[in-house]
Amino acid sequence: MRPAGRGELDSLYFDYPHFDPPSRPASEEPCPVAIVGAGPVGMVAALTLAQHGLRCVLLDNKATFNDGSRAICISRSSFHILDQLGVVARFLDKSLGWTLGRSFFRGRQILEFAMPDSANEKFRPMYNLHQQYIEAFLWEAVAQSPLIEARWQSEVVALEAAPGQVTLGVQDPNGRYDLQAQWVIAADGARSAVRRLCGLRLKGDNHEGRYVIADVQMAHDYPTIRRALFDPASRPGGTVLIHRQPDDIWRIDYQLHEGESVEEAMREESVRASVSGVLREIGHEGGWDLEWWSVYSANTLLLDDYRHGRVFFAGDSAHIVPIFGVRGLNNGIADAHNIGWKIAAVIKDQAGDALLDSYTPERRGATLDVFANATKSTRFMTPPSHGWRIMRDAALSLALTRESAGALANPRQMTPYSYADSPLTAADDEGFASGPVPGAMVQDVALADGYLSDRLGKDFTLIAFGAPALPDQPGLSVVSLPSTGAAAETYGAQEGSAYLIRPDLHIAARWRQASSEKIRKALESVMAQARKTA
Amino acid sequence: MTQQELETIYEALAKAIDAIEDGQRELYLAKLALALVETLDDLPRAMAVIEECRTGLVEPGAAGSKK
Repeated sequence: MRPAGRGELDSLYFDYPHFDPPSRPASEEPCPVAIVGAGPVGMVAALTLAQHGLRCVLLDNKATFNDGSRAICISRSSFHILDQLGVVARFLDKSLGWTLGRSFFRGRQILEFAMPDSANEKFRPMYNLHQQYIEAFLWEAVAQSPLIEARWQSEVVALEAAPGQVTLGVQDPNGRYDLQAQWVIAADGARSAVRRLCGLRLKGDNHEGRYVIADVQMAHDYPTIRRALFDPASRPGGTVLIHRQPDDIWRIDYQLHEGESVEEAMREESVRASVSGVLREIGHEGGWDLEWWSVYSANTLLLDDYRHGRVFFAGDSAHIVPIFGVRGLNNGIADAHNIGWKIAAVIKDQAGDALLDSYTPERRGATLDVFANATKSTRFMTPPSHGWRIMRDAALSLALTRESAGALANPRQMTPYSYADSPLTAADDEGFASGPVPGAMVQDVALADGYLSDRLGKDFTLIAFGAPALPDQPGLSVVSLPSTGAAAETYGAQEGSAYLIRPDLHIAARWRQASSEKIRKALESVMAQARKTA
Repeated sequence: MTQQELETIYEALAKAIDAIEDGQRELYLAKLALALVETLDDLPRAMAVIEECRTGLVEPGAAGSKK
């Protein structure tokens, strides 16, 4: 919501574009992939397909980007994906990178935590950027791609599955038409129309506690450090989170009291009074403008299967996660990047249809991992009962004198989910004593001229240490690194070791002593194992 | 631990609980428990003590109970 007198898209810092409905041909060929929803997840899916040479139609029922800043924390793993898609420059330029968080209990700082970072990492652990810019920067690339046809003001109103294709009924201001696609990616958000049309429902739990999230614009002198205020004077018994965003915008999340009416809390005067209390508490004495606000409650909801025939669900249409793990947007981006290369490989007949069945175990597994961690964070941020509250307060109070208790207040930091249990992931080579394991995301290393991640290919990449024998495999990029030195150490490698990296930057297999036969078989297994079970 | 040492702790706890203002005592006891089990550094023994102390509590409404 926005203050009285300002329109829904009347932002203090962002000009929303207006997109006209498409002028479309009277008849058209079926498209390989239709993506429903041109938010961050849908656009990442479209860019991933385009990177692999695939055409898609991208539908969205709105005439502009999503309203409000919404998701603001982009993780390192998402930056690697954006880098892989060739669009990271604008994000780096605008966003605010950060590594530190501070927790306060009744006004006293009890903990400062640093997320893992080092000179070997190209990207910082986290970046803050308003969602409108995330969408705007992705859109710049989408609009330029000859392979992506975006259709705004286009609502999916019907869905019919047939062998080999899906027919979407699409309504736009010029009328209704049928769009045929081989595959559909549903990135149409928490209230997904595609999910409803498929007769599917999210399942799971709603947690205690509601938060108002408010953005204010103010000149406030504090570094980009996430602050968590537990039991602050401004909201006794509650929790407040404060994040810095670009353009002098600050995100204030504050918990509503038990029994506090959401309707009342969402009134502009209530939001102003609450924000004003928080700002006084953090010592902000200057003026401030209210930009936008919304309400949020912690849910852990997901689909039983992210695949429904020829339809794949990605992002909020497949899962709703609590905000505390900052995994909503980031997992959505990873979903899109994961399903993108797999659909491309199947359409190009490089892999069997069953490759697509690895999408649910990998990405639903990632959601369940978030649930496990976020449930702990949520219980700490928003204790569901007296027992949880008293122990939370005891831990916070003890943290004033014992560092160990402060660790209980450390939000579970996001590390990318490992696909160790995926059917695509090879059993580990027992010869390794260290290094990232198969299923994990690739580990970046600073090289003499840039970073290892800069040298990864768009398809599969083999990281070869020393000079192992390599197969002559079309589409396989090879990064040759010395068998001694920092990179070899990070990867636990010796002369002849190799890592096989998937297009989505996860490790498919590794060998202490690689051979062209082992590598060829592993590639075949990732792609053709799918064929066997098809 | 000697009888004398236990007496000393018993008295210190009684005085500490009295010295803490109303409304803060439960927090104090929870914090104390957390600090003590961490110092104990023995998960099975800590879990056993947590269960042990749940037994034999004064019935609600009986003398000495606040509820």
